[in-house]
Amino acid sequence: MSKTSLVAALLAAAALPALAQSQLTVVNFGGANGAAQKKAYFEPFEKSSGAKIVGVEYNGEQAKIKAMVETKNVTWDVVEVESPDVNRGCDEGLFEKMDWSKVGNKADFQPAAVHECGVGTFVWSTVLAYNADKLKDAPKNWADFWDVKKYPGKRAMRKGARYNLEFALMADGVKPAEVYKVLGTPAGAERAFAKLSELKPSIQWWEAGAQPPQFLVAGDVVMTTAYNGRIDAAQREGKNLGIAWYGGIYDLDFWVIPKGAANKDLAMKYIATASSADAQTEYARLISYGPTNNKALAKLDPKVLALLPTSPANSKDALQFNIKFWADQGEELEKRFASWAAK
Amino acid sequence: MTTAAAALGSPELARTLQRVESRRRFVAIALTLPLLLFLLATFLVPIGALLVRAIENPEVAASLGRTGQALASWDRRSEPPAAAFAAVAADLAALDEGAQAGALARRLNTEAAGARSLIMSTYRATQADLKPAGQTPEQVREAMLALDARWADLKYWNAIAKNASRWTPDYLLTAVDLKRGVDGGIEKVAPDQAVFGAILLRTFNISAIVTLCCLLLGYPLAYWLSTLSARQANVLMILVLVPFWTSILVRVAAWIVLLQREGLVNKALLSLNVIAEPLTLLFNRTGVIISMTHILLPFMILPLYSVMKSVPPTYLRAAVSLGSPPLSAFFRVYVPQTYPGIGAGALLVFILSIGYYVTPALLGGADDQMLSYYIAQYTNVDVNWGMACALGAVLLGATLILYAVYRRVVKSELSLG
Repeated sequence: MSKTSLVAALLAAAALPALAQSQLTVVNFGGANGAAQKKAYFEPFEKSSGAKIVGVEYNGEQAKIKAMVETKNVTWDVVEVESPDVNRGCDEGLFEKMDWSKVGNKADFQPAAVHECGVGTFVWSTVLAYNADKLKDAPKNWADFWDVKKYPGKRAMRKGARYNLEFALMADGVKPAEVYKVLGTPAGAERAFAKLSELKPSIQWWEAGAQPPQFLVAGDVVMTTAYNGRIDAAQREGKNLGIAWYGGIYDLDFWVIPKGAANKDLAMKYIATASSADAQTEYARLISYGPTNNKALAKLDPKVLALLPTSPANSKDALQFNIKFWADQGEELEKRFASWAAK
Repeated sequence: MTTAAAALGSPELARTLQRVESRRRFVAIALTLPLLLFLLATFLVPIGALLVRAIENPEVAASLGRTGQALASWDRRSEPPAAAFAAVAADLAALDEGAQAGALARRLNTEAAGARSLIMSTYRATQADLKPAGQTPEQVREAMLALDARWADLKYWNAIAKNASRWTPDYLLTAVDLKRGVDGGIEKVAPDQAVFGAILLRTFNISAIVTLCCLLLGYPLAYWLSTLSARQANVLMILVLVPFWTSILVRVAAWIVLLQREGLVNKALLSLNVIAEPLTLLFNRTGVIISMTHILLPFMILPLYSVMKSVPPTYLRAAVSLGSPPLSAFFRVYVPQTYPGIGAGALLVFILSIGYYVTPALLGGADDQMLSYYIAQYTNVDVNWGMACALGAVLLGATLILYAVYRRVVKSELSLG
């Protein structure tokens, strides 16, 4: 091959992917959830649009989006973010405004899923999970979680103040509906930390969502707080784990588009596909996170529905995560948690 | 003699010498210039930027200029004048994009919890129906208090007044558990918010234990290596270096497998009847120290080994032949000659330890996290980069102080063999 033809071939090879199809970078949290999204969202979208999706995993660090937006070098097109981050990022101008005429009919979605900068994609819950092989008498609520006499052994909790303070108050007898009212007062925060101190010697901390089912299966702990989908994934692998839904804290994850994303239009199209009733139905079948599209909910059969945080039975005594409370108090409470953990 | 002196004193020769000298200096600089530029770009500039960010405080000054002026003469104890309310509304109304309000809200929220929602709701109101123009300051004050009663709370006003200037010592003060009081005097933070002093102490504590463990394990090994022939020593050195070249994450994951409740260590001890119950070796201080010692051991062994290689064995032999018991000869004659190696190895291990992040994050519990964990927390989760930079500056300062102390004690440059 002559030199010039080699150069031409190289150039053509470099230009080929760009010519053949457009690319979209979609960022999610990976794991069992990422696998379900790949099947329910990525693959159908690649088929319908002809675009290629590059999947990227991250751990929810908004700093990465902020750095991209500030340096005007935005390589991510669609990002899955947790609810506190959709508010914060929207306030600080990190996300594009969502064009609802392109992504879907607002009325089809649950009210909490409609946001100026994002589209809610699924409802997940932080719940009490236990190893049903080891505990014959299933724990039912957070008071049981705190009861080290009846259920001896370690408990795993997420490292940090978020969720744990709410659980502590519920263990102390506060009704789910009143948790944030109590936690908002100095005496309430004091009460939550005091209750957490009771359990401190028995707590093993987790950081990544994959850890709690591992701890349960390995026998390191008898109970844990966990994301319901992770427990569901372990159950599907044949592990005998159980969930107590009372006092679980449910929350939404959102699709957002970082400000200045290169493929904004394609990103909107992707979000529209991923928010459609069909795609969300398929997703809920793969992992037990609740759809935000009401039409998807209507399509699911009762067996799948019973596993979702949004089913009437499971959400009866559940608590919705209070974004505003944590946006205001989060930093102070997390710092207090670090100070508490050091003592 | 006289001619030489005359020649030396002659201006022509002096000039020539000078020219040669300056050319040599130019070549020397030209040769090191790429390295200098590289260091400047990759090391000094980022560190400078980090230090600047630790004291930079642009949010309030940039968005609430009028408010800062209106609050300049405020006594900080009674309710601020109505003009200050009007100034806040005017400043917020004048912000041309939401991003500025968001940054302001985030900044003030780190000072006074709740300021985020207060600022954002007021900002949205000024973009809708709360128009300060054409109203008296009293009317604006009424409107703001009606919108959110929290505007009567002095804590938010104090947060604004305190941060009205472009530069602030607050991040650095917080990093050592201090704060500026209402009157500007420096005071301690409330006990339930005091956290970094304990974390810094914990960081040093873990690092000191790891350094000691490395020394106790590394010294005999290095000594043994130094007594072997070069060929044997090289083979064994590879065993020291192979883990050194393995990814740190792989090694940490390996320790999780080994140390977990049903892991190899516990199973072995149980089957040997050494213990009756599995030990908790993971997610506590023990796991962190075991794993960090393993990872940092080569940094102790290498400087020790290179110093020990250069210690002639004859001194030890001479001491023994003069009647000293071998053990005493070892500690009184041999060990002092390896002090430079001990110093270099210990300093290296200690300085590397205080910056550790991954190992404690994966193997430690909530009270085994070191300073770097909180730097990552502020960078990634809270997106409070001022605080992250201040903690980074504290870590840098601690390292420099340590190095200065080391030089004062050892009275020599760091020798790494």
